[in-house]
Amino acid sequence: MSKRIETKNLDIYYGKFHAVQNVNMTIEPRSVTAFIGSSGCGKSTVLRALNRMHEVINGAYVKGEVLLDGVNLYDKKVDPVRVRRQVGMVFQKPNPFPTMSIKENVLAGVRLNNARISGKQADELVESSLKGANLWNEVKDRLDNPGSGLSGGQQQRLVIARAIAVSPEVILMDEPCSALDPISTLAVEDLIQVLRDKYTVVIVTHNMQQAARVSDVTAFFNLEAQGKPGQLIEMGPTDKIFSNPEEKSTEDYITGRFG
Amino acid sequence: MSTAVTTPQEASANSLIAGQLPKYTPWATLLVSLGIAAGLLNSVGHFSITAVALSGIALFLVGMFALSSAVEGIRKAKDRLARQMVSLFFLVALIPLISLIAGVAVRGSERLDGKFFSYSMRNIVGEGGGAIHAVYGTLIITGIATLVSVPIGMLSAIFLVEYGRNGRLARSITFFVDVMTGIPSIVAGLFAYTVFSILFGPGTKTGLAGAAALSVLMIPTVVRSTEEMLRLVSNDLRESAYALGVPKWRTVLKVVLPTSIAGIITGMILAIARVIGETAPLLVTAGLTSSLNTNPINGPMTTLPVFVYYSYVTPGIPQEPYYARAWAGALTLILIVMGLNLIGRLVAWRFAPKSR
Ligand SMILES: Nc1ncnc2c1ncn2[C@@H]1O[C@H](COP(=O)(O)OP(=O)(O)OP(=O)(O)O)[C@@H](O)[C@H]1O
Ligand SMILES: [Mg+2]
Repeated sequence: MSKRIETKNLDIYYGKFHAVQNVNMTIEPRSVTAFIGSSGCGKSTVLRALNRMHEVINGAYVKGEVLLDGVNLYDKKVDPVRVRRQVGMVFQKPNPFPTMSIKENVLAGVRLNNARISGKQADELVESSLKGANLWNEVKDRLDNPGSGLSGGQQQRLVIARAIAVSPEVILMDEPCSALDPISTLAVEDLIQVLRDKYTVVIVTHNMQQAARVSDVTAFFNLEAQGKPGQLIEMGPTDKIFSNPEEKSTEDYITGRFG
Repeated sequence: MSTAVTTPQEASANSLIAGQLPKYTPWATLLVSLGIAAGLLNSVGHFSITAVALSGIALFLVGMFALSSAVEGIRKAKDRLARQMVSLFFLVALIPLISLIAGVAVRGSERLDGKFFSYSMRNIVGEGGGAIHAVYGTLIITGIATLVSVPIGMLSAIFLVEYGRNGRLARSITFFVDVMTGIPSIVAGLFAYTVFSILFGPGTKTGLAGAAALSVLMIPTVVRSTEEMLRLVSNDLRESAYALGVPKWRTVLKVVLPTSIAGIITGMILAIARVIGETAPLLVTAGLTSSLNTNPINGPMTTLPVFVYYSYVTPGIPQEPYYARAWAGALTLILIVMGLNLIGRLVAWRFAPKSR
């Protein structure tokens, strides 16, 4: 089910602006990898390059390779739509589709692709996905209400449910808990632990404790200087990064001396 | 003044409580101002409703400002002044609109009867007759123009916003669309007339030619309004759909369009409303007839604006019935546009994103 991601000499640009430089890393299947680093250093940018969401922005492009189980995602023959069906994503800001109900939002990935699904299967999928995102109890009586009528934290869990409903191989999460209360955060973290058994999970977070709690591997990104492209400074097992990092700047960041 | 008014001195005792004028003050001031203005103008012998209204309102603004700054403080006084100016200009903007609608309604209702909607002008001289031929003409010609322009316009807008990527082609289309929104309607009429003359022989006047002329006028408006609406749809929504592995065309069809459909429909109604009142291009393309013709590809067709125009500039003898029919035609046109607006609003409301 889950897949290995490798990047080779990955350079990412927004038009003329060189946002991220020379990223080489390997993300193992069935593991949770956390991206940490100060704001603006390119964590979201790298994450979006992993499922070809980066090129959606006008003028944005990528150099280098991203390999998903050995296949280069940026090969000319690769269809970005197929990539995104295997590599799901949860965004920093919750964004349920405003014209759809809660239930329709969960089913959006399936329905928008016109997959045939029986009413019973749909109900089961909605229930299991919402339970997975710890939202079921709050919304089970109003599945037909609009998704944009939920609170911010509920919306975030709704879009997580939406992402797992299409059962991707890899799940990318960009600060999925930044809008959540501690209980929902715990629920999402538990969810990540469950997802680890089946999927490859990559999560961007500003919360060090969260990175330490949920991830197996941590990658630290940083800017050499303002205006310079962001870089991958160090990547390794979470225990090691948090207790005994190789780079001085990693230690400074983790102990809170900057960023 | 003593009971309801708190003076600034009292107010300063508690900084959260400001002095307050009683609710009726503005109305009272307005009445007093108008009274003073009427009295003054009367005594100097220049009494007229307009003069009283203008000077009365000026007095009212000054008076309210003075009263309010004395009792409520300068910030409140400025606030009141600004609010009164805004309401005043709103009312001023309403005057021509209301007087127009009232005027047309009063004069048009005289002949807005069953006969008006069941008779054409065939073999009618003087009294009687109706505009059924013009109503049909308007509905058929505008209907065809809408059926042609809406798909073309919407698809162009979708191309520009979703697929154009701001390339050279997209930019040049945008440029020419902008130019086209500005062409005088008579030019569109002459263009359609020429095309149909070349295709079907000189002097051809048909409803279809009229519809073609209106389409030339409608397409740019539809493109522009749809484009603006599509650009309002946040990119986050497109990205969310892409991230679910939804192909681009489905994202456009099922996420972007439903999100913006209310605005797009409003734009279309406005485009229809713009062309439904056109006279000049229809005169040269669809011509004039006094009998009912429902075949858009054969023979001339009269529309309501053309009917109104001809009834007014070439009345028979006696003139009164012709004028009455012209006003009734104008009222019918306004009613049709209102009806369209209501339908549009209903549809837009039905499809608009809701959060409850
Ligand atoms: N759409 C865009 N167009 C141009 N530049 C962009 C765009 N998005 C991001 N950038 C730039 O790319 C760099 C990296 O941004 P990115 O969003 O990846 O940072 P981040 O590490 O995710 O930050 P945060 O922790 O605040 O989310 C920043 O300098 C940013 O200004
Ligand atoms: Mg980010």
